[in-house]
Amino acid sequence: MTTIIKPFGDIHGDGMVQLSFTLPVQTSPEAKQAAVEFLKKMGFEKILVAHMEAMSTETTFFVVYGSTTHEIDFSSIKVSKLENPVLNFEDVNKLIEEKIGRKLVVVGACIGSDAHTVGIDAIFNMKGFAHDWGFERYPWMKAHNLRAQVSVEELVKKLVELEADAVLISRVVTQRDEHIVELKKFLEVLKNTPGISPKLIKICGGPRITHQDALTWGYDAGFGPGTKPSQVASFIVHRFVQGKESVVSSQ
Amino acid sequence: MAKLNLDRDKVDTCRELAEGLVRPIQKYIEMHSTVSIERATLRLFGLTGASSDGPTPTPLTNLFVDKIDRYKLSLGAATWVAAAKIKNPKISFSEMAHKVAEGSLDINSLPEPSFEEIKQALKPGVDETIKMLDASRRHKEKMRGRFGYQWTPFRYLIVATGNIHEDVKQAVTCAQNGADIIAVIRSTAQSLLDYVPHGATTEGFGGTYATQENFKIMRQALDEVSEELNRYIRLCNYSSGLCMPEIAVMGAQENLDYLLNDAMYGILFRDINMKRTFVDQYFSRLIVARAGIGIQTGEDNYLTTAEAYENHHQVLASHFINEQFAKNAGLREEQMGLGHAFEMDPTIEDSFVYELAMAQLVRDVFPRHPIKYMPPTRHMTGDIFTSHVYDAMFNLVGVATKQVVQLLGMNTEAIHNPHLQDRFLGLKNANYIFNSARSLGDEIQFNPNGKLARRARSVVDNTLDFLKKIKEHGLMETIENGYFANMPRKRDGGRGLEGVFQKARRYCNPFMDILQPKERD
Repeated sequence: MTTIIKPFGDIHGDGMVQLSFTLPVQTSPEAKQAAVEFLKKMGFEKILVAHMEAMSTETTFFVVYGSTTHEIDFSSIKVSKLENPVLNFEDVNKLIEEKIGRKLVVVGACIGSDAHTVGIDAIFNMKGFAHDWGFERYPWMKAHNLRAQVSVEELVKKLVELEADAVLISRVVTQRDEHIVELKKFLEVLKNTPGISPKLIKICGGPRITHQDALTWGYDAGFGPGTKPSQVASFIVHRFVQGKESVVSSQ
Repeated sequence: MAKLNLDRDKVDTCRELAEGLVRPIQKYIEMHSTVSIERATLRLFGLTGASSDGPTPTPLTNLFVDKIDRYKLSLGAATWVAAAKIKNPKISFSEMAHKVAEGSLDINSLPEPSFEEIKQALKPGVDETIKMLDASRRHKEKMRGRFGYQWTPFRYLIVATGNIHEDVKQAVTCAQNGADIIAVIRSTAQSLLDYVPHGATTEGFGGTYATQENFKIMRQALDEVSEELNRYIRLCNYSSGLCMPEIAVMGAQENLDYLLNDAMYGILFRDINMKRTFVDQYFSRLIVARAGIGIQTGEDNYLTTAEAYENHHQVLASHFINEQFAKNAGLREEQMGLGHAFEMDPTIEDSFVYELAMAQLVRDVFPRHPIKYMPPTRHMTGDIFTSHVYDAMFNLVGVATKQVVQLLGMNTEAIHNPHLQDRFLGLKNANYIFNSARSLGDEIQFNPNGKLARRARSVVDNTLDFLKKIKEHGLMETIENGYFANMPRKRDGGRGLEGVFQKARRYCNPFMDILQPKERD
């Protein structure tokens, strides 16, 4: 069954969208018309330039509304997402205790030149994030937060040394997709390193990372901003348990 | 005007404790030098070039210092500059440096001159440099006075395109819309480079390389726009990381107004070796003090990495420590832009009241210091509309508590490097609030035993306890144990320790001798 949808402003199905942008021209009636023409090309009608203001002698700022002529069949949308249920702190620990019977070793780091540990710390630090405890507090996890500016080679060495079950890589600050280069490089180095658990769960995270991207690069999961430690912990434990069972059944 | 009726004895005790715990570090500092200090010394003599071969040119200062063997370097690079001068009095300094770099002049084979000989050989160069530092200070004083009074908080904006020419466009637009200070944020991890890149740069990651040429380009653009707007636009960059002293010299040479410069930031947040940082910050601050540059410290970072509500005492304790290190280097209070931030979890009940308490507390304790106030980042989500409200609350605290430098928040924080319109909206937000609440700070008083005043007093109490604990164990030990920002750093760990060396008894650095404050014991 198809479900056709459009953005909803005042009345269901009116298609109303708000946009704001800058045009590199002097503020003028022509500039205003140019903004309208842009929206027309984007498939908008009933266009209203709500605000036009000079930002400098050569740039103009706009706030514009328009009704889109496009629509989407919502039932046709398919995205990759994590299917595992999100457990709380106690349940994650219980599951590790019962199904795995030993502590899971989890290693986290910000790789490359990135010095911003806000993401990895939110997941690892005892205190956690948004009243959701961090990995360091999980009794059934051995959490190692290597923090910032860890080189890919260093990280891989540590993974072997610590016999890691899962690795979390964070990239916060990036420019011109440098983070993707680094994240892919990690997988390359990992492939060529003996002593890495074949079941190592590879996770990346950061404001520019989506789960879909992470899968395409070859990671097991990707987490965006606002992720709570228990979400990541739930994924790790489910993936580990599933992985373990599949190994057992193939023997 | 003090508003919180703080226990002044407690505040004084905090200062005394900071003085005491910095003292042993200061002793260590005075016995050591670093490769970066020696390179900065060469820069003070006017050496700026770089070798032209290869894709990344190596600065002559690095080539020069690396050619001196470590035993000889412990006498100071100045000793060997003098030795080369004595051998060939006609040689220009840059000629000498090129010869040393190429290997046609072997510094290590020269005889060590006597102290008197060194002094005499270097005197013209040293005098000229001190004149340059004084001229830089006077020039900035003149420029600040020239266009009349500028209201504070100063509106501080960051540009960070990676391309200095693009940065200029952004900076000029900011200035036209009311910015008072432009900071060119550096390329990610420049602080970990043990050299300063050379020339104008058009590629960077998350920022633009701090190079002397880039400083010059931006300063010139801002001078032009200052004339056009009849308002002095100040320039800020970063003297932090492994090249603190060298960037301080460049900042003086190119008339920068502010430099980010913190006695402990590099250790905690960049994993730079603590000995290296302590020794480097001192020399960089000697230069900054004389050249009339304002420093800005990085205590806001304590609040972005851990929950702000629980860490305000760490910020205040670090302020006292940074202040003491700065005093030791001869900085005036008017040059010490101690940093803090509006970073509390906005869902905490009365979080705004506590932010106001902290901001007022910092002003009460450091009334003459040009305090730098940083915007919310940690709890920004990507909902640009809510973020804009959050920035407005931050601006209101800034103007009501008379912060001096306000780094404007961006509604697209946590999304991308700000676009032109993000800065425009940030400025509109600040312009409106600073203007509409201009006298608010003079009009409000706080309930002497209310929630806000009690919060401020409890931060002072916690700061006092924290400083006592540090005093008990020593500053280096407490850093090793992760007292600051929960970030344990080993005294011999981190980057750059190999660049620290003990000064020989006959170590010579004519600049250090002149710039060192005299009255200290």
